[in-house]
Amino acid sequence: MNRIVISLTLASALALGACKKDPPESTPPLPEETVTNPGGNTGMGTDTTMGGPGSQSHFAQAMMGADTILFDTDRYNIDSEDAVALRRQAEYLLQYTNARATVEGHADERGTRDYNLALGERRATAAKNYLVSLGVPEGRLTTVSYGEERPVATGTNESAWARNRRAVTVMITR
Amino acid sequence: MKTSLIALLALALAPLPAAAQTSDLNPANREVTVPQDITVDQDDGPLTGTVTDDTPWQELGIAIASFATNADVPTPASSSGTGALGLELARIVYNDLRSNGLFRPVGPDALPRPAYAQITAPAWSTWQGRSAELLVQGYVRANADGRLTVGCYLYDVQLQQEQARAGWVVQPSEWRRAAHRCADLVYSRLSGESPFFDSRIAYIAETGPRDARVKRLAIMDSDGANHRFITNGQSTALTPRYSPDYSRIAYLSYVDGNPRIYIYHIDTGRQTLVTQSTNPTFAPRWSPDGRWILYSMAIGGNTDIYRVSAAGGGTPERLTNGPAIEVGGSYSPDGREIVFESDQSGSQQCYVMNADGSNQRRISFFGGRCATPEWSPRGDQIAFTHIAGDFHIAVMSPNGRNMRTLTNAWHDEAPSWAPNGRIIQFFRTERGSGEPSIWQVDLTGENERQLRTPVGASDPAWGPVLP
Repeated sequence: MNRIVISLTLASALALGACKKDPPESTPPLPEETVTNPGGNTGMGTDTTMGGPGSQSHFAQAMMGADTILFDTDRYNIDSEDAVALRRQAEYLLQYTNARATVEGHADERGTRDYNLALGERRATAAKNYLVSLGVPEGRLTTVSYGEERPVATGTNESAWARNRRAVTVMITR
Repeated sequence: MKTSLIALLALALAPLPAAAQTSDLNPANREVTVPQDITVDQDDGPLTGTVTDDTPWQELGIAIASFATNADVPTPASSSGTGALGLELARIVYNDLRSNGLFRPVGPDALPRPAYAQITAPAWSTWQGRSAELLVQGYVRANADGRLTVGCYLYDVQLQQEQARAGWVVQPSEWRRAAHRCADLVYSRLSGESPFFDSRIAYIAETGPRDARVKRLAIMDSDGANHRFITNGQSTALTPRYSPDYSRIAYLSYVDGNPRIYIYHIDTGRQTLVTQSTNPTFAPRWSPDGRWILYSMAIGGNTDIYRVSAAGGGTPERLTNGPAIEVGGSYSPDGREIVFESDQSGSQQCYVMNADGSNQRRISFFGGRCATPEWSPRGDQIAFTHIAGDFHIAVMSPNGRNMRTLTNAWHDEAPSWAPNGRIIQFFRTERGSGEPSIWQVDLTGENERQLRTPVGASDPAWGPVLP
């Protein structure tokens, strides 16, 4: 019961904050960076499961595809197209300061498994570092590599592989 | 959970008790000769000379007859009794020995069944009439204590001579191992190579569509029997490796949402993290003596190779140090060097370093990429995934010379060696369906076969010959 009340309160505060151009100054401090389980429930009280700001569905809707950036074979550099997408992600994260995100790094199937895990981590970190360079606090971002394990396109051709070489930013839902 | 180890101990290479006195089994009513004490005669060397890596093996016609029994009695190993079990034993020997290029075996289903008394006194004319060069016979006996005694004999039909024999006393649950030991005896005797059939394989069982694939850790005997799933598939499991003593399996799991190496203890089912770190860890490998685990860890997006004591609790030691991806790694059999892959040159290539990380040098300078290098247990070859358009399994000398491609499919990946360094196992991904399967190829590249698994299979890793 308490939890619901708090969630609603915070959600209203966020909704109000969203009307301003700049992030509110009065945001509570972010979770400490020394969390032992970055994927776990270490967040604040914001209810991001309801489709509100900071939730995955809200984020994905706002991004309209800009939650994903693509890479060339074996590469992990951020090109100008990626930079546009990452700026939109950063704007969102700077606007909704309670939102926390994981950047998922992926590779296509035309690699070896261990190398693809390393490559996915490299890509996720490149995207994360770019977000940090735009002002998103590092403590709100984590990375995870799925290597070639989670293809979004299942074809065995160059266009499918191109779609799978990606980094996807996903809101951490609590 | 404890069955494996206890069972291993129970299978001793025990000489047979002498001269069991059965007398009324032979329909021909001849005087019955019973199997005598059995020891492996290893003095005479191989029959076919030393097999080298580059020459195809000579095919030998070899008849493998159903194993006889002194008395057809029920056993926990076969509800149909020891008679039926004898046929099964011979089928296992036959399946082990076929398709590896050395033998042209004929199995028990196409052969007459020798009587118990004939095991030590073959009916030579029968086998000569079938133009068999060699003959494998054996028997199975149920002992009073419930265990089984299995005898295995190899004969030269032309010379009418025994070439080798051995016997084992096994728990009924371990009966297949006696057949693998028999196949190992024949294989070693005829090829001069070390045995490898009596061993186990860890791999990843794959089910479901490509975009929602379920990947489970599984283990099986070297011929695919005694299959067992270890994880339930709720989280993705990858890249298992047996410890040299078979007590543990190192593998990657996403059980906490992130890629982490766990050490699974087969006895207890308990598992522990390879190292207490929030960084992703992957690509686990054991040192040949089992004291060290190599693994790859990404810090700030940069992957390097580390080693940590397999006993647990030690401080990890970083072996590579650079901005490129250094990943994987495989020890030389003497434990002094490590071959690994790095993309510091711009693409995946193979490198060798000393076990402490010093003296790193690139060894692969042929065209294409060199990935997933694995040092042969014999030390004389390194197997790897050669990426040159498609993905092929290839071998090279430890200095990077004499590269030879062994397979030619769309996507063959991740070689691992049979314990004797003669056969390489890998997985093949079918273009389109993405269906993975486990394959074996010998060092000539001419003898390739698929290992049957219940579902899709990848990331095979062969353990050593069982103790």
